[in-house]
Amino acid sequence: MSDATSFSTYLTTRPVNSAQNSVASPAASDAASGSVPMIEVENLNFFYGQSQALHGVTLKIPARQVTAFIGPSGCGKSTLLRCFNRMNDLIESTRIASGHIKIQGVDIYDPAVDVIALRRQVGMVFQKSNPFPKSIYQNVSYGLELQGVKERKRLDEAVEKSLRGAALWEEVKDRLHTSALGLSGGQQQRLCIARAIAVEPAVILMDEPCSALDPIATGKVEELIQQLKKNYTIVIVTHSMQQAGRCSDETAFFYLGKLIEIGNTKQIFTNPKHQQTEDYITGRFG
Amino acid sequence: MDSAQLPQLFSSSPSSAIRKEKWVFSIFRTATYSILAAATLVFGIIFVKGSGSVFQAEAPFINIPFLTQAPETLHVFTLEDKRYEMGDRQFRAFLESRGNPAVKDDNYVYSAGGIFPCIVGTVFLVVGSMAIALFVGISSAVFLNEYSRGGRAVELLRLAILNLAGVPSIVFGLFGYGLFVLFAPVLQSTSNPACLSIPLGFAYLNFSGWGVSLLAGWFTLAFMVLPVVITASEESLKAVPKGFRDGSLALGATQWEAIRTNVLPYALPGILTSSILGIARVAGETAPIMFTAAYVVRDRLPWEVDRILDVLFQGVMALPYHIYVVSSKIPQNEYTERVQFGTAFVFLSVVLLIALSSVLLRNRMRSRYRW
Repeated sequence: MSDATSFSTYLTTRPVNSAQNSVASPAASDAASGSVPMIEVENLNFFYGQSQALHGVTLKIPARQVTAFIGPSGCGKSTLLRCFNRMNDLIESTRIASGHIKIQGVDIYDPAVDVIALRRQVGMVFQKSNPFPKSIYQNVSYGLELQGVKERKRLDEAVEKSLRGAALWEEVKDRLHTSALGLSGGQQQRLCIARAIAVEPAVILMDEPCSALDPIATGKVEELIQQLKKNYTIVIVTHSMQQAGRCSDETAFFYLGKLIEIGNTKQIFTNPKHQQTEDYITGRFG
Repeated sequence: MDSAQLPQLFSSSPSSAIRKEKWVFSIFRTATYSILAAATLVFGIIFVKGSGSVFQAEAPFINIPFLTQAPETLHVFTLEDKRYEMGDRQFRAFLESRGNPAVKDDNYVYSAGGIFPCIVGTVFLVVGSMAIALFVGISSAVFLNEYSRGGRAVELLRLAILNLAGVPSIVFGLFGYGLFVLFAPVLQSTSNPACLSIPLGFAYLNFSGWGVSLLAGWFTLAFMVLPVVITASEESLKAVPKGFRDGSLALGATQWEAIRTNVLPYALPGILTSSILGIARVAGETAPIMFTAAYVVRDRLPWEVDRILDVLFQGVMALPYHIYVVSSKIPQNEYTERVQFGTAFVFLSVVLLIALSSVLLRNRMRSRYRW
């Protein structure tokens, strides 16, 4: 209970994404140095109905780094990602049989945790870019309006800041009030990232954000990820090993619902400890 | 080489299979065109015979009394070798002016005057019952499609909806009569010994029924179209991409906020489209209202009430019921045809008008939301 209380105060008061804030707050500076993991998963067993999707997964995700989840389809990497902001709650007959997920020390599956506040802190970018059929401006301001922000000036500032943060401002500043559906696929995905950072989360989850994008748009999103990791903890699920190699600091390899190996990306790609990891990375299966 | 030696690969005349196919196709074609014929006949006859009661050759080209007056009895009589046809009020005034001579007249009820109260009554019935049906229908569709997690209870609900759709309209009429007209509770200041009466402290809840009233008709008709509205609303909700919901939720929306801001607005055009179908049914049904809301004749218009709440507790005249009355309760002849076909014509036009305005509304909403 006390955990939950401190979590919710942290949710509302913790400064999120500016450099001077991270100095001011000891917790945040710890996080920045990487000594405190942002997300800890302990022995997680997850079920869809009768079938087990995750088997005893234990891992730690460092703050302000990019962690990539790789593995063949159906290995549970997306499932784990969706556990971090409890999006699986909405899928019928899913359950966590045992284990915990802690974000900054707070068990996010504690019944006392406010799932809405959690999702504000743990943003998500989906595989299929899903801009709302509203204007570009309304897409970005949506999250803030949900929180009851009405002042035009604050919204304007937040929209500009988020679009700049998502490296989209220059491209769209002249047509903020036109439909977001007029943007190209890559722009739409960056708009979804802008939408996510507008509510100033601590963590951004990305579920194969580039799978529907061409190489140039992919390059832009990857560049953006490098920018964003200065302020956010990023977890990215990807099918592309090259992408994991290019833009992540840590890589976790999953196979059949089990975490096979997690470690420094360079180490995983050059000197994996497990045979399965090596087989996957060298393209012998998957 | 001699060409006569070559085996003939293709027969020069069509095979029996092809001839058979032609026959089958011609049957299909005839069946399809018979629909066109039926529609043309229905609309054509009603238009030709009915438009005469509504439109006229001289200005203002529309027979205003027919659309703005209440039905009257038509008197047909001969006086001093002259034949007269006139409505009740005119007839009396006429006789008085002639010093009340004794005349032998044929009279036909409802055949003079107009059908204004019926038009008004139908509009009241449609608007009220569609409001109830849309509210209940959209709410339950949202519950079934967005919130419920399957299981026994939901299966039972779906079965109930499916069965409700199959109930004949006359059964709805009887059900509405039993439940709303005879039994539904009303709040009254005194206890009613004739029925179940529950004291609430400040008043009594008397289960004495709402009587033949708009309210009873609204609920009966609403329950009748509910399955259509629910099914259609669910289809429209399903057509909204899942990504809109997920996107909202991931930004910290509650499920209701996601539905309200990012699902319902995009589903609404579809819901309205299908409720057009419901409107046509509500406006057209006779059986459910003949026990619950419709009067054969009523002098007062719905807004001519002493207290505002009485609007809900009064019966109304309605176009479909009026058609039933004038076509089955009075003789058919040259004098009554005017009101019979005229009412049918106006009825079709009213339904068409309501449907048309929903189509326009839907199109406007669609052009606003597109993905």
